[in-house]
Amino acid sequence: MIALLMRDLRLAVRAGGGFGLGLAFFLIVTVMVPFSVGPNSELLTRIAPGVLWLGALLSCLLSLDRLLALDWEDGSLDLLATAPLPLEAVVSVKALAHWITTGLPLVLAAPVLGVLLNLPGQGFLWLVLSLFLGTPALSVIGTFGAALTVGLKRGGLLLSLLVMPLYVPTLIFGAEVARRGAEGMAVQTPLLMLAGISAAVIALLPFASAAVLRINLR
Amino acid sequence: MTLNVTDLAIARGGLPVLEGLSFRLEPGRALILRGPNGIGKTTLLRTIAGLQPPLAGQIEGAEDQIAYAAHSDGLKQALSVTENLIFWARVFGTSSVEPALTAFDLNALKDRAAGALSAGQKRRLGLARMLVTGRPIWVMDEPTVSLDTRAVAMFADAVRAHLGQGGAALIATHIDLGLSEADVLDAGAYKATLPALDDFDEGFL
Repeated sequence: MIALLMRDLRLAVRAGGGFGLGLAFFLIVTVMVPFSVGPNSELLTRIAPGVLWLGALLSCLLSLDRLLALDWEDGSLDLLATAPLPLEAVVSVKALAHWITTGLPLVLAAPVLGVLLNLPGQGFLWLVLSLFLGTPALSVIGTFGAALTVGLKRGGLLLSLLVMPLYVPTLIFGAEVARRGAEGMAVQTPLLMLAGISAAVIALLPFASAAVLRINLR
Repeated sequence: MTLNVTDLAIARGGLPVLEGLSFRLEPGRALILRGPNGIGKTTLLRTIAGLQPPLAGQIEGAEDQIAYAAHSDGLKQALSVTENLIFWARVFGTSSVEPALTAFDLNALKDRAAGALSAGQKRRLGLARMLVTGRPIWVMDEPTVSLDTRAVAMFADAVRAHLGQGGAALIATHIDLGLSEADVLDAGAYKATLPALDDFDEGFL
């Protein structure tokens, strides 16, 4: 499992691996928002948590179609399926590698970009915490979507459509934590819901992903 | 470990392609699978490798014993030759890649990125992967595509050495590998006559 994780991380940072794609997209979205809605700092403060969360979600979505498709195209997914590693472990490691290369950089970049959107000082901690708890769910759900569409050429559109509704609960509660945090309200309820969703999808979805992958490999 | 296939029927895309297929593959033996294009050789190998379920019949002794080599080599272009092999060695829980590099004459290329190899060199690397799996039964689909005669001889030597260590090999191929001791199975004799499946779910499952 560690071998697979190290290989995926190494592939991501080498030429053509796509590391930084999500981060760059996140940066572009958040930098462009003040230009499009105007420099009204009160307005920016109000929409900052939602914009940051939406940006993080869309950047996650951007790299999903490469998650399993590359391994499928060069045949290594077939070979991994016949290796001693169970497919559940393969998809879990793939999701973890996706989170480390896409989700984690977003979490780390969010406070810097929060400044650009005039996020209030008390909101930074909750923004980072909500992204830290929520982005693993985005990666795991995304892996499920990638497993569903793995055999399809140019399956990106279908993948986005399939994954979007599944992302909604994470987005709602994640953005709610960040918003309440920024306004100085109690965050416990949405925070627990967000953590619960992440824990549930991490526990359950790898089995679903492995099952659909087995069907798609036939 | 003996591979035992009894009365196997397989389908591709919901259409039965082969039926009534039985054979035994003992340790130390090689079985060459022949048959015209589209007869179902690849489907048979994928079924034996466990990538798809058979329509009917049993496959015994395949679980966790098989190293499968498909049409594509499963190489990562951005990784070097050694990195590719070490990855598979670690996945299969073995350690040494040196014998595999030597067997397929890849030592001079070992630091080169797999994406910079020629088609024949890639295939040699793909076959070297079989050596690092440590699995007793090799199931190979057209292993000699894009290999020159010297590399085919290298491959035949590697298979012979594997058989000598009590391994077995099931190879689908159209060319003469020079493995005179191998048995031959002609898939053409088992062409399915079953009608197309009338099972709606099969299209989805």
